[in-house]
Amino acid sequence: MTPADLAAQAANLAHQASTLAQNAAGVAAVAAAHAPPAAPFIFLFSIFVLAVFVGYYVVWSVTPALHSPLMAVTNAISSVIIVGAMLATGLKGSMLAHLFGFIAVTLASINIFGGFAVTNRMLAMFKKK
Amino acid sequence: MNQSLTSFAYLVAAVLFILALRGLSHPTTSRQGNKFGIVGMLIAILATFAHGGMNFGWMLVILLGMAIGGGIGLVAAQKIKMTALPQLVAAFHSLVGLAAVFVAASALNAPQSFGIGTPHHIHLESLIEMSLGLAIGAITFTGSLIAFAKLQALMKGTPITFRGQHQLNAALGILIVVLVVLFVASGGSAILFTLIALTALALGFLLIIPIGGADMPVVVSMLNSYSGWAASGIGFTIGNLALIVTGALVGSSGAILSYIMCKGMNRSIINVIAGGFGSSGDAAVGATNNEGKAVKIGSADDAAFIMKNASKVIVVPGYGMAVAQAQHALREMGDILKEDGVEVKYAIHPVAGRMPGHMNVLLAEASVPYDEVFELEQINNEFSTADVVYVIGANDVTNPAAKSNPASPIFGMPILEVDKAKTVLFVKRSMASGYAGVDNELFFRDNTMMLFGDAKKMTEEIVQALGD
Repeated sequence: MTPADLAAQAANLAHQASTLAQNAAGVAAVAAAHAPPAAPFIFLFSIFVLAVFVGYYVVWSVTPALHSPLMAVTNAISSVIIVGAMLATGLKGSMLAHLFGFIAVTLASINIFGGFAVTNRMLAMFKKK
Repeated sequence: MNQSLTSFAYLVAAVLFILALRGLSHPTTSRQGNKFGIVGMLIAILATFAHGGMNFGWMLVILLGMAIGGGIGLVAAQKIKMTALPQLVAAFHSLVGLAAVFVAASALNAPQSFGIGTPHHIHLESLIEMSLGLAIGAITFTGSLIAFAKLQALMKGTPITFRGQHQLNAALGILIVVLVVLFVASGGSAILFTLIALTALALGFLLIIPIGGADMPVVVSMLNSYSGWAASGIGFTIGNLALIVTGALVGSSGAILSYIMCKGMNRSIINVIAGGFGSSGDAAVGATNNEGKAVKIGSADDAAFIMKNASKVIVVPGYGMAVAQAQHALREMGDILKEDGVEVKYAIHPVAGRMPGHMNVLLAEASVPYDEVFELEQINNEFSTADVVYVIGANDVTNPAAKSNPASPIFGMPILEVDKAKTVLFVKRSMASGYAGVDNELFFRDNTMMLFGDAKKMTEEIVQALGD
């Protein structure tokens, strides 16, 4: 396989991935509008499976030169777990729940700010001739 | 803000995260991608605040936590040296794992906050999801701490192995499954929750200690994957779309990186996880008998002379370059050669450095333009047209035994075919072998000249000699 073929294939995959993402977005938007407050497992699981596929194609299209920033940025975005921590801290609950939530908010914030900042620092160094 | 509007905001955040990864397909789009990621996170956080029902006092507590964590994160990100990047990433993985553990704990204590039941009456499926998120999160936490300690040299990089290690790990794995079943059957017992956490913490520790320091690129990628699956598990527990999607993205990202790293070493993931590679036991295996053969030793002046008269020089940097902090001197050498009309390129092996893409970042930091840096597949057939290859801090990834000697432990590993160049300049401290404990027959070839010394000092001397 020549690099040109590979590039064409990568472009094709990326296109498929973005189409998939758009489809998933459409499906989810419709589903979100109709879902009862506690979404049933199968609905969430479908989104999960689709997201694994999107992830697969999107990550293969990442250039190997940027694999370190990829890792740092995945660290930052997986800390969207802060959403759960915020709910635990902010909503009515036991003192223990507030405490655990607060700890998790702090830990996730380290990752969010640190992850995006270090990614930014790395990416700023990549320059052309 | 009503429920569907909040869900929609989370969806937008998830799409922005996908675009953040998509941006990394090229350096020119990557910075914009990072901005998408930041905006996505901002939307997710604001939507959670706007969701309603939050007490103002507790909102301030949340902001306090963000300020503390954010401050620590920003300082760490600014202060960290690029050579120490893998440690930082390992530390970040451990935090995702620990955060997952704490969110699971708070969901157990305040299920009504997430609409998954009331204390002691949590939905069955939520209990299963919660315990999975908890177990994977706890494994990620201690596993990443060990990876951090090994990378930071707080702990020896040599594998720690003992009899019955794999049996013990398997037993702990089974124990976790049994505890999860009991936990779900008990309707959410806090004691069983703690036991799952403790067992998983122990397992994370035991899984990583037998893996050698040089295999850390795989471990860091693997833990990246785990942290994603843990996040997804929690996403299912609390029914959050953004978290499920992001966890799936991160999980597959880490899995792909682990696969790429394993392929770069021609080893299976099972083989890496089983550990013990690079311990003294393997050292004698497949060593070619090079005793009595002479090596050609050169000086910085010789190297400068040869490179000055070349028309094409390919630089092969390895982790040793990073350890010696030779990247800036290396770029200076490249600049002088380019001024003299010599074509200079850099060749990077997939497992060069201590994490995927580490070497690219180190070269970028030294202002080496990214379009002069090439991956193994892109450049391997160019070595035959190169006059000089300058190998600095790399060893095993250039060893021809990987192609010719089936008895060698590194046989089958893809290598940079530097031996095809007219002259190979090999910078090395001494004749010691690489981490795989294998002799490199390249040293004894006629077209190889050994440059003994510290990578940085040698390169600086060459720069000086080139200037004269």
